[in-house]
Amino acid sequence: MAEMIWLVPLLPLLSSVLLMLGSASFPRLLVAVLGVGSVASAALLTMSIGMDFLADPQPFQMTLWTWMQVGNFSPGIAFYFDGLTLVMMSVITGVGFLIHLFSTEFMEQDSSYARYFAYLNMFVAAMLVLVMADNLLLLYLGWEGVGVCSYLLVGFWYQNSANGQAARKAFVVTRIGDTAMALGLFLLFTELGTLNIQGLVGAANQQWQVGDTLPLIACLLLLGGAVGKSAQLPLHTWLPDAMAGPTPVSALIHAATMVTAGVYLIARTHGLFLLAPTAMMVVAVIGLATSLMAAFTALMQSDIKRILAYSTISQIGYMFLALGVGAWAAGIFHLMTHAFFKALLFLGSGAIIHYLHHEHNIFKMGGLRSKMPVTFWSFMIGSAALAALPMTSGFFSKDQILLQAYQLPGPGPWLWLGGLVGALLTAVYSFRLVFVVFFGEAKTQTEGDTGWRMAVPLVTLCTLSLIGGYFVIPLDQVFPASSGDHPAHWVEYVSISVPLVGVLLAYLIFHSGQLNVSRLVNSSIGQSLRQFWHSGWGIDWLYDVLLVRPYYQLSRIMKGEPVDAVYSLIVALNLTFNHWLAESQTGRMRWYIASMVAGLILLLTLALQIPLEAV
Amino acid sequence: MDGLNIPLNHILLVSTLLFSIGMLGLMIRRNIIFILMSLEVMLNAAALAFVAAGAHWGQPDGQIIFLLILSVAAAEVAVGLGLVLQVQRRFKTLDMDDANRMRG
Repeated sequence: MAEMIWLVPLLPLLSSVLLMLGSASFPRLLVAVLGVGSVASAALLTMSIGMDFLADPQPFQMTLWTWMQVGNFSPGIAFYFDGLTLVMMSVITGVGFLIHLFSTEFMEQDSSYARYFAYLNMFVAAMLVLVMADNLLLLYLGWEGVGVCSYLLVGFWYQNSANGQAARKAFVVTRIGDTAMALGLFLLFTELGTLNIQGLVGAANQQWQVGDTLPLIACLLLLGGAVGKSAQLPLHTWLPDAMAGPTPVSALIHAATMVTAGVYLIARTHGLFLLAPTAMMVVAVIGLATSLMAAFTALMQSDIKRILAYSTISQIGYMFLALGVGAWAAGIFHLMTHAFFKALLFLGSGAIIHYLHHEHNIFKMGGLRSKMPVTFWSFMIGSAALAALPMTSGFFSKDQILLQAYQLPGPGPWLWLGGLVGALLTAVYSFRLVFVVFFGEAKTQTEGDTGWRMAVPLVTLCTLSLIGGYFVIPLDQVFPASSGDHPAHWVEYVSISVPLVGVLLAYLIFHSGQLNVSRLVNSSIGQSLRQFWHSGWGIDWLYDVLLVRPYYQLSRIMKGEPVDAVYSLIVALNLTFNHWLAESQTGRMRWYIASMVAGLILLLTLALQIPLEAV
Repeated sequence: MDGLNIPLNHILLVSTLLFSIGMLGLMIRRNIIFILMSLEVMLNAAALAFVAAGAHWGQPDGQIIFLLILSVAAAEVAVGLGLVLQVQRRFKTLDMDDANRMRG
């Protein structure tokens, strides 16, 4: 089966090209069959390849052809397959398939049905190339490919210019990170002479010592790319705005797969990061800071998709924390479980938005529990997993991250404490969402619950969110083993109980009302803090003042072409002189004669001034 | 040298006067025929200066130049009168200001 691996990205790509070429003439059913079928067959292929791999876990490499040959630089269109690739491919094709199926119902009324599936298939193909690439250049191709698809899908409803704005923002902000990453690739190639990931890590370990400057710079540049793509501080501002796209897109691209590409990149090049402990510390600190910042912000949002967006940022922060403390497997594990439950939550919110006439404000919902039972249970399970309640998938992965963070010598317990605060906030905001949307009294009319094409993905993802924690992912060969010893029992008990406290808090505040926080909220400090957190810690405002507006100002100045002004001045002077001289050309002959005489007299006078001796 | 001996300065003065009269005529006359006549006066003023200077220094060059000026003046009159005829036909006037077709 393994030699069929090239078919996995090819199938969605082919379907995407077909849909683009024939989009106008294809009937809707054909579009849906092509779009969903290609991803479904890719998922089946992945599954069978995975079965073979699990029976005989041998990583393998497969070169299709040499991409280009320049001097000693010859990157191939080549795939590398190991446990990490398998996990990523399963998430992309599996969750991708469910989201495609969901989309067939969600986008049913949309006039650009074929365009939507063409983009979505292209995204799946690019994402697969990203995770299967055996060298960093091919990875970068996929990396940019998913960026383009993200841009196209965020601005899918381009008739509304705000959506175009959001798409541009997403593209430009990630571009900043991508530039850093490209610089990192240049540095790695000039220093190590190869971009093949396995060869690269091997060469790095031979040439560099732990703590050298070069691996630190290289890792920080790669981290720049990861930070941009994964929406971490300080490049996270694009993700909340990217919610302008259709909700299944948010589920697939901006929750389950693309935004975790940064996590994948760092995990894939962990051999490099192990050489730069400082860079790993930076990863951990960025992850923790982002996760706390986003959790506070999520607590104050009222748009259902923005809550989920900030929660995604926060959860990816956890993954970064895991990578930073060297808990590679835990980070990837959380990536997988997060893909399940966050896709579930996004699809659930998509169902709500779909049946509530594009209502996004959670305070205008309420009481949906009895009207949309499938969605309600999806949200319950998804939020439970997000809040890491015991026995859900999120519990296992987050617990691993926190425990391994605690074990890090030095700042470990502090990271653990920060993570706990984040976990508490996560529980509060996710159940705030559940209580506000599904309980209380109904405020809007719905058109009933989901159809089967929405229900099947929701139920499947519910199951995965519940049992995903019991999956054993084959990462032992990929990452160095973490220390086997466990911390004291109380650490574990605290980790388990914190989310429960969070849920209780959310219940008391947002459902039963027994804990009245209105005095706290309405005090002046409460109000300003609320405003501050609502705006995402004012970071958007800060960037607007520091970067966007000066840039616009500069472009307004440059619009007048100040460099050309010098040349324009010469032209203007010439024109003026020309004008003056043209004035003198009157055609009046007597004037000409008079001026000639005047000139003659002038010249003669001047000539007579010169003393004779000088001649 | 026999006969009346006029100092060179006096002749040059007359020549300058003639030249100035011609130039003034050129500048203030509007009729093209008078303009041509003024030109003729100026040429003759120059010719007079040449002849006088030639006589003063005892050189033949002055008289040679005078012959040249004479033929130039003849040619000028031939061309000039041709132009006068054309101007008269085209503009029905000999006034040079009226014949101006520029709108500068």
